[in-house]
Amino acid sequence: MLQNVNPTDPVVYNLWHVITAVDDLTPGVPQETALLGEPLCFVLSESGEPIVWKGKIADQTSEDKNARVRAQLKYGYIWVVLGEPEFEIFDIPEYVEDGRRNMNAISVGLNTSAPRVVENFLDMAHFPFVHTDLLGEEPHTEVSEYDVDYNPEEREIWATNCWFYQPKASAASEEGVLAEYKYRVPHPFCAILYKTSPDDDTRLDAIAVLVQPLDETRVRAHLLLSVIDHQNELDKHIRLFQQTILGQDKPILENQMPRRLPLNPRAETPIRADKVSIMYRRWLRELDLHYGVIREVA
Amino acid sequence: MIETKLKWHPIAASDDLAPRHVFDAQLLGQEIAAWRADDGFANVWENRCLHRGVRLTIGINDGNELKCQYHGWRYSNRSANCTYIPAHPADAPARTVCNRKYTTREKYGLVWTAIETSGDVPEISLLAGVPSAPLRAMPINSTADLVEEMLSAAVFESAEDNRWSEMSVETDPSGAITFTGSSDKHLVFFLQPLDSERTIIRGVATGIGDDDIAGLRHLNQCLTTLRAAIEARAAQQDRVDPMQPVYTQVEADLATMPDRGEGSVNGIRVRVASKTMTANDVARFEFVGLTGSLPTGQAGAHIDVHLPNGLIRQYSLTNGPAETDSYIIGVKREPNSTGGSECLHDTVREGDILLVSVPRNNFPLRRDAVRSVFVAGGIGITPLLSMAKTLENQRLNYELHYFVRDDDHVAFADKINALTGKITLHKGLSPEDTGKALHRIYNGPQNANHTYICGPGPMLNAAREAASHCGWDDGAVHFEYFKNTNEIDDSSSFEIALARSGQTLQVKSGETVLDVLRANGVSIASSCSQGACGTCKVAVIEGDVDHQDVHLTDSEKRASAYIMTCVSRAKSDRLVLDI
Repeated sequence: MLQNVNPTDPVVYNLWHVITAVDDLTPGVPQETALLGEPLCFVLSESGEPIVWKGKIADQTSEDKNARVRAQLKYGYIWVVLGEPEFEIFDIPEYVEDGRRNMNAISVGLNTSAPRVVENFLDMAHFPFVHTDLLGEEPHTEVSEYDVDYNPEEREIWATNCWFYQPKASAASEEGVLAEYKYRVPHPFCAILYKTSPDDDTRLDAIAVLVQPLDETRVRAHLLLSVIDHQNELDKHIRLFQQTILGQDKPILENQMPRRLPLNPRAETPIRADKVSIMYRRWLRELDLHYGVIREVA
Repeated sequence: MIETKLKWHPIAASDDLAPRHVFDAQLLGQEIAAWRADDGFANVWENRCLHRGVRLTIGINDGNELKCQYHGWRYSNRSANCTYIPAHPADAPARTVCNRKYTTREKYGLVWTAIETSGDVPEISLLAGVPSAPLRAMPINSTADLVEEMLSAAVFESAEDNRWSEMSVETDPSGAITFTGSSDKHLVFFLQPLDSERTIIRGVATGIGDDDIAGLRHLNQCLTTLRAAIEARAAQQDRVDPMQPVYTQVEADLATMPDRGEGSVNGIRVRVASKTMTANDVARFEFVGLTGSLPTGQAGAHIDVHLPNGLIRQYSLTNGPAETDSYIIGVKREPNSTGGSECLHDTVREGDILLVSVPRNNFPLRRDAVRSVFVAGGIGITPLLSMAKTLENQRLNYELHYFVRDDDHVAFADKINALTGKITLHKGLSPEDTGKALHRIYNGPQNANHTYICGPGPMLNAAREAASHCGWDDGAVHFEYFKNTNEIDDSSSFEIALARSGQTLQVKSGETVLDVLRANGVSIASSCSQGACGTCKVAVIEGDVDHQDVHLTDSEKRASAYIMTCVSRAKSDRLVLDI
């Protein structure tokens, strides 16, 4: 049962959201999904155009002009907006850089809210405990001081100068490295991380999480990779690494209570390592976003 | 509803809380994590880590602490205080981070709790003083009211087993449903409302042994039949909305980003539970709280003890992570001192009530080292005992070097003998031989090696010099002096500017920075007042500090990023402080 979109939240209603990766789609075969509590159908036309409409396939509303939803292809995904878009989809300049491999690593269902997924994506302190021997290992648990900044013109949060010891930072790494991370939050439900590329120390791999809110407490997380990797011949090896990482996060995320992200500062206990999440929660409050969060101060 | 929240309910059988397990329970819509520590104590907590809300039932019970699965935060047995935050290994968790805990009792083979505490677990006369066995818990999809109504009419007699015949049923004022039999066979049932439409029946039987499989199976069969009947009727009833869990709010001061080195000024009253001699001239004191458990000290923490003669003295806690029901300190008699130790030795007796501060930790232990070296001299063993126990609990390696005059001066021998790490006793060494031994200990430092030194001034200085001489990085050498033996020069006068509050104040000769701050309404925690403990540390934004303390390392002093406001002053005309 889907919970309907909170009509008092025009913020999410007027944003572009991802509803599917296009890699595996067969043109002409419609499929069902949901966004913000609204059941949706989508299909790629024979010419590769995305067509998206409200309802179920059985409703046969695909030709109904009133059911049509604004849609576009970008970064290998279909993006839709249910309301009136105020902003364009954010830019990922790395996606068009030469020598990068772009792919959707995984789309996975998670029983939690979109902001909880974004916050987990922005967190380094859990690496040794959740991604043991891959992104972190005990006793190397320290999160050193890093910088967080909000850019009001771009409407983006940046966390920079983040360093963390990693035994195996990516599919292409063979030994432990002190990995540098940068985080960027250009959308309430999307975040991008940049980290030292094991194959080219002058460039950074980009990994984006694009969260599709099915409803307030159920999402699909799509992981977009734009990486420099000459070692793994097959995309599936690169994907497998990211699938492992997300598979480790899933049980943690689904055991976070409450599922909606509490914006009341007294709901949870931040530490210095959580600087970026403090900024993220403050930003969601200032955006007047209601969907997938708990705003009330008890 | 409020009345129900005040009531005591069973939430588990005592056997459900198996060693090193975290049991997932529920009561009145609240999720509960229940776990038994190795000392037998049953902890009943809100099922949620205060940091980011992850359920503690997926955490790890190491026997003494519960470790959250997400970021490795550790919470202590009994007190539920956070003892360690791995993301900031060099810092003691600066403030009292404490999980919501519920009052707990174990009675009749069941674990009891109340959402809001009131009174005690119901006294059931049928169960008083006789052996009893808890029955298998029976979960039922129904409101507690319907379960109570139908359970009261239940029959436990059958053609095969007539031991529970002709029973008289009563509902106790506490809500227990009692079935009194003609012989010694009685049944008592308690209800655990999980939520508005889910209830567990927890029964207790007398006159039946744990090994009476046929009898236990019979009672279970009766309850299973009853469940089917209750659920059939419950299905006809109108749905009731599920109860909404109430998530505990954190303290207001925890909601903002923590600064470093905060201290609390609140005191706790404790009773001297025991006073014994643990070595020549060293008394061991055990303090217990007057009302329940005490705030947990982290490894390396100390408390201020307010003495009957008006003096306040600092003593390190020896407590390991398992030892949370009392504070244990060691006090060496110092005949040449100002009377703190003599008062404790000569005046304070068992049963006395003293005021102590909450534990403060200015000597924090990193748990991210690959080699940890503890060097103790005399009574300086106390904080290092607590550190050694802590690393041992996490199965991390350490070595402990204890410098003493002779066997009679070995304090806390029982605690030292109980340690399983590498312990070396250095007895009766001359200053020269002590220096040689220290050079052997500190030979060849590696990355991620850390050493912790505590002892009398000359020994501590020798250890620091040896570590430095062997190439140890200043930041890897951690130490705690008992006292500051430097002569304090308070002749200078200068100006302090408070960056955050915009005040500018004058410090005249004879006054301390701390005095001036307090006189102007700035609240700063302090403890030893002699530049040893580090409690009154304040960040410096600008200016040259005249360091007179023994708390900061030499490189920290050179950096002048912090000042101990109780003794240190300014070399420049002006200091800008980050307060």
